[in-house]
Amino acid sequence: MFFAIFIFFTLMVTYWAAKKTKTAAEYYAAGRSVTGFQNGMALAGDYMSAASFLGIAGMVSLKGYDGMIYATGWLVGWPALMFLIAEPLRNLGKFTFADVVAFRLKQTPIRIAGAIGGILVVLAYTIAQMVGSGSLIKLMFGIPYEAAEVIVGCVMLAYVLFGGMLATTWVQIIKACLLLFGVTLLLLLGLAKFGFNPGNVYGAVQNLPQFGADMLKPGGLVTNPLDAISLGLALMLGLLGLPHILMRFFTVPNAQEARKSVAYATTFIGYFYCIIPVVGFMAAVLVGKEMITKVDKGGNMAALLLAELLGGTPFMGFIAAVAFATILAVVAGLTLAAASAMSHDIFVSIFRKGQASEAEQVKVARIAVVIFGIVAIALGILFKGQNVAFMVGLAFAIAASGNFPALFLSIVWKKFTTAGAVASILIGSVSATIFIVLSPTVWVDVFKFKEAIFPLKNPAIVSMTLSFVCGIIASYIWPDKEAEQKFEDEKLRTYLGVGAE
Amino acid sequence: MAKSVHEIVNSPKFKKLVATRWTVSFILTFLLFVVYYGYILLIAYNKEFLAEKVGVYTNYGILLGVLVIVLAWVLTFIYVIWANFSYDKRVEELKKEIR
Repeated sequence: MFFAIFIFFTLMVTYWAAKKTKTAAEYYAAGRSVTGFQNGMALAGDYMSAASFLGIAGMVSLKGYDGMIYATGWLVGWPALMFLIAEPLRNLGKFTFADVVAFRLKQTPIRIAGAIGGILVVLAYTIAQMVGSGSLIKLMFGIPYEAAEVIVGCVMLAYVLFGGMLATTWVQIIKACLLLFGVTLLLLLGLAKFGFNPGNVYGAVQNLPQFGADMLKPGGLVTNPLDAISLGLALMLGLLGLPHILMRFFTVPNAQEARKSVAYATTFIGYFYCIIPVVGFMAAVLVGKEMITKVDKGGNMAALLLAELLGGTPFMGFIAAVAFATILAVVAGLTLAAASAMSHDIFVSIFRKGQASEAEQVKVARIAVVIFGIVAIALGILFKGQNVAFMVGLAFAIAASGNFPALFLSIVWKKFTTAGAVASILIGSVSATIFIVLSPTVWVDVFKFKEAIFPLKNPAIVSMTLSFVCGIIASYIWPDKEAEQKFEDEKLRTYLGVGAE
Repeated sequence: MAKSVHEIVNSPKFKKLVATRWTVSFILTFLLFVVYYGYILLIAYNKEFLAEKVGVYTNYGILLGVLVIVLAWVLTFIYVIWANFSYDKRVEELKKEIR
């Protein structure tokens, strides 16, 4: 029932957006007409995925405090995004983050490297989302996994294909509102049973028959400090290299609005991560661990079961619809990011040397959307039943090691060159991928080898350093006088916004 | 009095703008690292402390977890306030000199 309303309503929005979307700037960047507040909502919508909503609530309900450590880690990237790159990014870029890196460097090699880095991140993220969503939808509605993938893929394609960035943005905003409203209601209804005092929830958790008191203590998640620091780096700086987040900054008219949008996004996301652990703890008390694990071993259904207990089937239906909306919206954002890398960075900038008509650019973007949509469905089905939890970690590790160093150096360092940028993107992405494959998460958990070759679960601390070092060395070996001279123009645009599109 | 790009970028005013911008950014980023890694290292090295009770039921771990999120948010707003009141004004002044 709620789904039908949601899908009908969002398709209406898409129809409205499709009529307004004609040029490339409208397709990729909603005509730069999105306000800071709207973009803040949409950023929050892009970031609060089903994994963080259902996943963290479930993790807290089963493992207790450790789930909360994750919640804090997911938030701390936002301030860093604001301090280091949000405004320069808005001033320098057009449609993708490769625009920023390529601003004063040679177009072709940077575009290729940037598109590879971007698409790798988006692919890893998409696989995690598609596989997770397939099993979630199967659990919630009893639809077969393959059918669920196709449904998600087709509805998402409708949004992105016809409505472009404008429709995607509004789907994100609607979803963010629904999600924030849903969890708030869940929190209030739940807290009503505890006299509106979260302290009483913790008290009840402590008195649970099995492992009660341990639930409130940090458990085995953080034992090796180096691993924890490395994971923290990936979470924090990986955000600064996620293409689907970065491309949202091109939808606002100027740097001030970009700044506002991060402030709003941080507020919404911070609020969300503050209350999600409480929801998880309440599920542990009211629903009980046994019931939660009976429905799903991973605990993903904890929030839904809590909703059913508190508000009956209609409320559970509503929360399920919110989760479904979440999945659709996040996949739509990812698809648009991948399509912009394929069509804007590869096709228009390289094959057409930037000389493509508006109609042709939009047409190519739509073809890229369809290709990526089909790839996403296929990968979702291919990875069925696989443990893909490491995929999100991989996406963040590649983003932090491949995209972020090149982006940051190109903004701040005068002597940065084409060779340096290509080296840092490729070496960062490739080393992050190789280290993850050799790390305990894949080498031991997936391939079942006894001992991991690379000791850390998350390689960011090594691969990101490697990327920075290679970028700097390559820049010194192959200096580029022309790029140095153009740095003055870039600075004027970075700090004053003069000439920004 | 129109100035060229070269003159503007090399003017003391512009240089100071850039220097101040990155000083503010790096101080705030540093504080963010201290807050977040302080929390992570505390979890790694002193689990007992985090399990101690603050209120009747709430313990330091839960309190600090929420505090990290709140502090991250506060830092973001310090930046916004600084940028709105100080950075934007100086940008406007410099922009006038171009034309």
